[in-house]
Amino acid sequence: MRDLLRRYWRTLTTPSKFYSLGFLTIGGFIGGIVFWGGFNTAMEFTNTEAFCTSCHEMRDNVYQEIQPTIHFTNRSGVRAVCSDCHVPHDWTYKMARKMQASKEVWGWIFGTISTREKFLAKRKELAGREWERMKANDSLECRNCHEYQAMDFTRQSKRGADAHSTALAKKVSEGGKTCIDCHKGIAHRLPDMSAQ
Amino acid sequence: MRLQGHQGLGLVLLLAFTGAFAQGHDPLRLGAGFEQEPKTPPLVNAENDDRKRVRSYAMQPPTIPHKIDNYQVDKNANKCMSCHARTRVGETQATPISITHYQDRDGNFLADVSPRRYFCDQCHVVQMQTEPVVKNRFRDVESIIRKTKK
Repeated sequence: MRDLLRRYWRTLTTPSKFYSLGFLTIGGFIGGIVFWGGFNTAMEFTNTEAFCTSCHEMRDNVYQEIQPTIHFTNRSGVRAVCSDCHVPHDWTYKMARKMQASKEVWGWIFGTISTREKFLAKRKELAGREWERMKANDSLECRNCHEYQAMDFTRQSKRGADAHSTALAKKVSEGGKTCIDCHKGIAHRLPDMSAQ
Repeated sequence: MRLQGHQGLGLVLLLAFTGAFAQGHDPLRLGAGFEQEPKTPPLVNAENDDRKRVRSYAMQPPTIPHKIDNYQVDKNANKCMSCHARTRVGETQATPISITHYQDRDGNFLADVSPRRYFCDQCHVVQMQTEPVVKNRFRDVESIIRKTKK
C-alpha cells in the first residue's frame, strides 16, 4: 500500500516525459473549463423547477400548493421557482445546502414521505427546518428579491407599511423581525400551528 | 299524445323556466338568454385601504377592509387570527374579534374562539368596487326613522 502511494506520488512530482508544457497548460486550462462548466451545469439543473417536480413527493404536495399563490403566477409574470427560496444563491452556501440535500435523496430512496399521509405527518418537521434556516440567515432568500431598502411604503397598504417600516427597521438581535416571522406559509400550506 | 299528470306539470315548469330565461330574468346571467353565452365581467380586486366601513344595520358582521387572498383558514391554521386574536391586537392594532365569538351556542364563554365562529369568511367578506348584479332597495333603518320624524 505504502509502495503504491509512493509510486503515484513520484509520478505526480516528476516532470512530464512525453507531453509538452504547452499541451499540459493549455490542455489543463481547457479541461478545467469543461469540468467546471459541466459541474455547474449539472448543479444548475438540480436547481430547476422541472428537476424538483420530477419526484411525486414534490409534484403532488408542495408544487400543487404553490400554484394559486402570487409567487407562482402574478400580474408581472415573474415566478419564484423552488430553488429561488430553498437554495441560497451564493456559491459557498449553495454548495453547503446541496450537500445537505443529499439527505433528501436518502429520504427519496427510502420513501420517507412517499405517501400523502406520510408527508402530512412530517410536514411540521420539514416546515420547521425551513423556518429555522430562514430565521438564521435573516430570510436571505426573501431578500434576494424583496429588499427593505427598495420598499416604497407609499405603495404598500397601510397594514403592510406599518409592519414593514417598524419590524424590518431593526436587526433581529435588536428586537426587529425577519420576513419569515410573519410570512410563514406564504407559498405552501401551513402545518398545525396551534402550538406556535 | 295524452300527458300524465306529472308530465304535464313538468312541461309547464319547463316552459315557465325557459320563458324566464329567454327574457333574461335571471340576473346572474346578466340579461343574456339561456341560449346565449353572457359576457363575463372582468374580475375586480378587493378594496384594500384598511378603512372601517359603516355597517348597514346594527347586527351586520363588519366587512373586511383589506384583501384576504390566499389566507389559510382550516384546521391547521387561521390566518385572520394572527392579527385579530385577542392576544395579537396589541401588536397589530387590528380590531379584536368580538366577545360573541368566544361563546358557544349555550352562551358559555370559552378560552379561545368558538368552533362555530372559526371560519371567518362565512360572515365577514371583502368588498369590491363594482356594479351589483342584483339591484336592491335596502334602506338604513336610521334613514327611515329620520324620514318619519320629519
